[in-house]
Amino acid sequence: MTDRWAPVALVLVSHSRALAEGAAEVAAQMAPGVLIVPAGGTDGGGLGTSFDLVEVALRRATDDGRSAVVVADLGSAVLTAESVLELVEGHVAERVRLADAPFVEGAVAAAVTAHGRADLGAVLASAQAAAATFGPVDVERTAPAAAPPAAAGGTSGGATAPVVDDDGSVRATAVLRNPLGLHARPAALIVRMLAHYDAKVQVNGVNAASVLDLMKLGAVKDDVLTVSAQGPQAVEAVTRLVEDVEAGFGEV
Amino acid sequence: MTLDAAWAVDWVRRSAATVAEHRDELVELDRQIGDGDHGENMNRGFRAVVAKLDALDAPPASVGDVMRLVATTLMSTVGGAAGPLYGTAYLRASKSGAATALGSDGVVALLEAALDGIVTRGRAHEGEKTMVDAWTPAVAAAVDAADHGAPPSAVLAAAARGAHEGAAATVALVATKGRASYLGERSAGHLDPGARSSELILRAAAEAAAAAD
Ligand SMILES: Nc1ncnc2c1ncn2[C@@H]1O[C@H](COP(=O)(O)OP(=O)(O)OP(=O)(O)O)[C@@H](O)[C@H]1O
Ligand SMILES: [Mg+2]
Repeated sequence: MTDRWAPVALVLVSHSRALAEGAAEVAAQMAPGVLIVPAGGTDGGGLGTSFDLVEVALRRATDDGRSAVVVADLGSAVLTAESVLELVEGHVAERVRLADAPFVEGAVAAAVTAHGRADLGAVLASAQAAAATFGPVDVERTAPAAAPPAAAGGTSGGATAPVVDDDGSVRATAVLRNPLGLHARPAALIVRMLAHYDAKVQVNGVNAASVLDLMKLGAVKDDVLTVSAQGPQAVEAVTRLVEDVEAGFGEV
Repeated sequence: MTLDAAWAVDWVRRSAATVAEHRDELVELDRQIGDGDHGENMNRGFRAVVAKLDALDAPPASVGDVMRLVATTLMSTVGGAAGPLYGTAYLRASKSGAATALGSDGVVALLEAALDGIVTRGRAHEGEKTMVDAWTPAVAAAVDAADHGAPPSAVLAAAARGAHEGAAATVALVATKGRASYLGERSAGHLDPGARSSELILRAAAEAAAAAD
């Protein structure tokens, strides 16, 4: 396996070549280490899906021993992907999973998870969890009013040192510094960074391993974020995350 | 009386001809409740199948060989949902039609395998306004005819009649699978294009068998 690419690749099957390539582009921006292979349109570039293009894409994605998650758009995209999986050799098919996921959100979520070198099951699960993006948002939002005034020029004025709760969770707070808040880029940075720690981490109660959940918080500049974590490296993960937040993710 | 590879080749050529002849009708049906490509998709697919048949050095040895050629070609060239659906149907049929000649039971097994392929791939049940609604009564009629001792050509004639009735009955149905399902109630009042193409293909099978008699 080459080190250039994460162990799980993505194949994006769409009716439209432009849509597949566009989704691949959006996802790759947040996960440059993941091989993302678009397979959109018919052989002639028209609207539809191509058995041959999907087969080639699947072979390429699973080259070098990689596994792959397939995200497909409507109708025949799913049917064609399933047909290819039924007909390719078992050693290819067994390393591929078809996600039941919304196309763009699923691709982005899967790509970011794969970028953290997660395994096939985890990448598949994150694609499928992306459907929840469309559900109601019910996260506790820390009121910006609770933010202590940021120390001028300081990088740790709003942060609190990690404390251990009764339930064993490690907890700390940090103030968002960057002007655009917790948008896609910092959310992806958090997910990638946390992939290196053996800990389950939450930001304001949502799963910090999910870019989409982090983005859904809608946290803006000067919001106080509550970071909590469980697991062997909980303290390290919380400490590092607070530092990154306070440093404005290099955007300030 | 049995049906062999030559019958299968004739069936496929007749299918291609009837699909070409009804291309515009299928396009129009799909325009009403889908994206308007079914006629073009099917015509492109069957033209490619005929081109492959024409390019063969030797005639296919079994019905199964013909079905397999149709399956792989349709999957690669149709481009819409009908590609993997018919592709899987012919693929399953190829496994059941490995024998060099099919009697009435063999014909029934072939049709059952095809329906099974469509249902497996599309996960559609009867009544969801898809090609399954043409194939299910076709298979039922074929089973009934074979049980009454009909020869293969009469079994296929019964299947074609069943498909015709099933397709006609899709007009009243509301689609819950495929693209037409996005229309909800508005899909009622239109004939399902995939059911119509299924009917044409099964009629071609019966005509090829009648010609072989
Ligand atoms: N899930 C399904 N199960 C069985 N038959 C289906 C299913 N989905 C679609 N069909 C059949 O396929 C026909 C449409 O075929 P067509 O080649 O036009 O595909 P399409 O819907 O345009 O495909 P695409 O998903 O690529 O847009 C429908 O009329 C219906 O009979
Ligand atoms: Mg169509």
